[in-house]
Amino acid sequence: MHIPDGFLATPVWATLDAAAAPAVIYVARRAQRGLEESQAPLLGVMGAFVFAAQMINFPVGVGTSGHLVGGALLCYTLGPAAATVVMTAILAIQALVFQDGGILALGPNIVNMALLGVLAAWLPYHLWGHGRRRRLAIFLGGACSVLVSAVLALSELLISGVRMPGSLLGISLALFAVSAALEGAITVAVIAALEAVNPNFVRPSENGGSRILAAVAAAAVFLAVAGVMFASTHPDGIWRLAQNIGLASHARALLHTPLASYEADFLESPWLRKALGGLTGLALIFGACLLFGRLAARHRSA
Amino acid sequence: MTPLIEVRGLHFHYDDGTRALNGVDFHLFPGETVALLGANGSGKTTFVLHLNGLLMGQGSIEVCGMRLSRSTLAPIRRKIGLVFQDSETQLFMPTVLEDVAFGPLNSGMPPDQALQRALAALEVTGMREASHKAPYHLSAGEKKRVAIAGILAMQPEILILDEPTTYLDPPGQSSLIQLLRSLPQAKILVTHDTGFAEALAQRACFFERGAITGMGPVRQLVQRFHWDRTGAGCAPE
Amino acid sequence: MHHVVLERWSRGDSPLHRRDPRAKTAALLIFLVLIATSRAHLPALGAAYLLMLLAGVVWARLPLAAALARSSVVLPFSLVFAAISWMAGDAARAGALLTKSYFSALAVLLVISTTPLPQLLRGLEGLGVPRFLLMVAQFLYRYLFVISEEAQHMRAASLARGASVRGMAAHGARFRSAAGALAVLFARSYARAGSIHQAMLARGFEGRFHLLSAGRFRWQDGIFLVAAGGLPAAMRFAVERAVR
Repeated sequence: MHIPDGFLATPVWATLDAAAAPAVIYVARRAQRGLEESQAPLLGVMGAFVFAAQMINFPVGVGTSGHLVGGALLCYTLGPAAATVVMTAILAIQALVFQDGGILALGPNIVNMALLGVLAAWLPYHLWGHGRRRRLAIFLGGACSVLVSAVLALSELLISGVRMPGSLLGISLALFAVSAALEGAITVAVIAALEAVNPNFVRPSENGGSRILAAVAAAAVFLAVAGVMFASTHPDGIWRLAQNIGLASHARALLHTPLASYEADFLESPWLRKALGGLTGLALIFGACLLFGRLAARHRSA
Repeated sequence: MTPLIEVRGLHFHYDDGTRALNGVDFHLFPGETVALLGANGSGKTTFVLHLNGLLMGQGSIEVCGMRLSRSTLAPIRRKIGLVFQDSETQLFMPTVLEDVAFGPLNSGMPPDQALQRALAALEVTGMREASHKAPYHLSAGEKKRVAIAGILAMQPEILILDEPTTYLDPPGQSSLIQLLRSLPQAKILVTHDTGFAEALAQRACFFERGAITGMGPVRQLVQRFHWDRTGAGCAPE
Repeated sequence: MHHVVLERWSRGDSPLHRRDPRAKTAALLIFLVLIATSRAHLPALGAAYLLMLLAGVVWARLPLAAALARSSVVLPFSLVFAAISWMAGDAARAGALLTKSYFSALAVLLVISTTPLPQLLRGLEGLGVPRFLLMVAQFLYRYLFVISEEAQHMRAASLARGASVRGMAAHGARFRSAAGALAVLFARSYARAGSIHQAMLARGFEGRFHLLSAGRFRWQDGIFLVAAGGLPAAMRFAVERAVR
């Protein structure tokens, strides 16, 4: 789900742009493998492949068909860092050339699809990809990558105050579930076909490693996404929680300004409550990412 | 006259064990054009990929007096200009000018000088007007000319062209022949097109199952190996 | 096709085409931020910004109606949410959604149809985007249409083949054959990347890309940036002043 410009509230796109930039720079350096830039053509060409692959229709039933999104497939063939770089390039081209997704909204779209979407694909594969449940792990990876991206996008819209009646919300979530399952199925089928063409195309899921950390990271992502979803639909709940644990009064003290009345308005504004709810969720997400980073670093040195 | 390229006893086999080159001896002298003929899979393309070190086998290869090894790869690659069969993968930069400038820039030339070199090479091949076009928009013949310009910009001493007439229509083929005739470098042409080979090459080598089984003028080899459409061709696919 | 048209427009000639891509990108970002952060007095400000954008389209010698039409890719999405807001009584938000999304799209279109994409990508390097990422995007764009054409041929071929099986089995069979087609396309693309790498090595590539200079930032570009960034900011300040 590509978010266009003009929908997100300023704190949302600004924070996510600020978060995406260093994350992408860091991942790009990882994918580059030191100072070597020779991977660029491979990543670029595989990005073009994903674009082209979106043209191939997979029949789903009565006259409808779906297509590959590609985050999980890239992750299992090129590795998570390279997959993130390719997805970022795809999102940039989609925004610039096809006007699919906004420019200021690139940060949020990158966080949703290139960073967390790829992470959501990598975790199940890392945990279960080498056992008997390999196909299930791949299915979960594909499904979660789409589901996480979609739910995050929806939440960001809700936090920004975009109205969505309950019925539309329900329909959207149902559609997300269907696309997620489809992506899982397509990814499983394509990985199987790839292994038949050349087994070396698919990376082996690294056995061992810090599986506990991976499981914790997966749980954190799940909690974070659920948290953001909750926060965006129940901003007042978070605010009340903050009041109960005394956070609100601390905030009031910190924000003491000469313009007393202005300050009161600001603190009571619905804007702030929602922002607080969203930021809490985002903090959880970043915790998960830090955990992932540590996990990956430990892997590399192992 | 010392040969520009001297190959002695070149052997190569793929990772799965299949023999691709079975003891090839070859030499190329300044100013001459040699055609490499033979069936698909006979080793012609595999052979030329060894000359600039893209593939490495056993045996000795000397280019312009330098023995091919990891340390001489860079200078040897400046001496040999290889034009691949598929221009789409050869012209990988977004514009014609950037692509032709790629070689000079990689040899350490400052950008302004590389730009001038690129423009000059485009002039020689008649493609200067297309400088700012994307390669995707060019015709097959134009792409081939730009690919050759990209090689000429490096000022090589040897040109190697792999199946250059694939994708070219007859007018494209004849203008390519004219262009190649005007270039002074020594040339190796890997080709199925015996007419093309005859128009340009003084001699030819016939490849069969990874070895050279015949050498001589093109016409002679065509007759000897029945390398024409009359159906009596000898080498199985 | 959409991108073909934009590409053609980007190779045109106008004062805007001749501006440095870094200046255009910076001005675009300033404009987008101004639109995104404006919260009040939208009708008046919107009218001012629309006039600015229309003037830009004319100055860039682009076909006006076509440019306005091509920016409307975002409208279906915006209309849905605008309708919801309006029906919930929040007409202001409905208007804001429509105008902000459309004007942002028009501004982006203005830049992308006066700057060839490879030039734009090179310009982004000056704004801090990692070169590796830009090179990936560059190669992606270069081979986008090549590989899309391959995919189209494969699609036509598989459609021609797929009509034999009927019923539920047909879905399974078509699903697997689509997966097989993707696997083949993957393998071809991967092989193509390998050939590209060989072609790069043959011309002396040793691990880093050396590129031609990205062009000079001239005084005209400086003036353009100040004007294109300052004018909308001034307009907003003026409108907010006037309405208060």
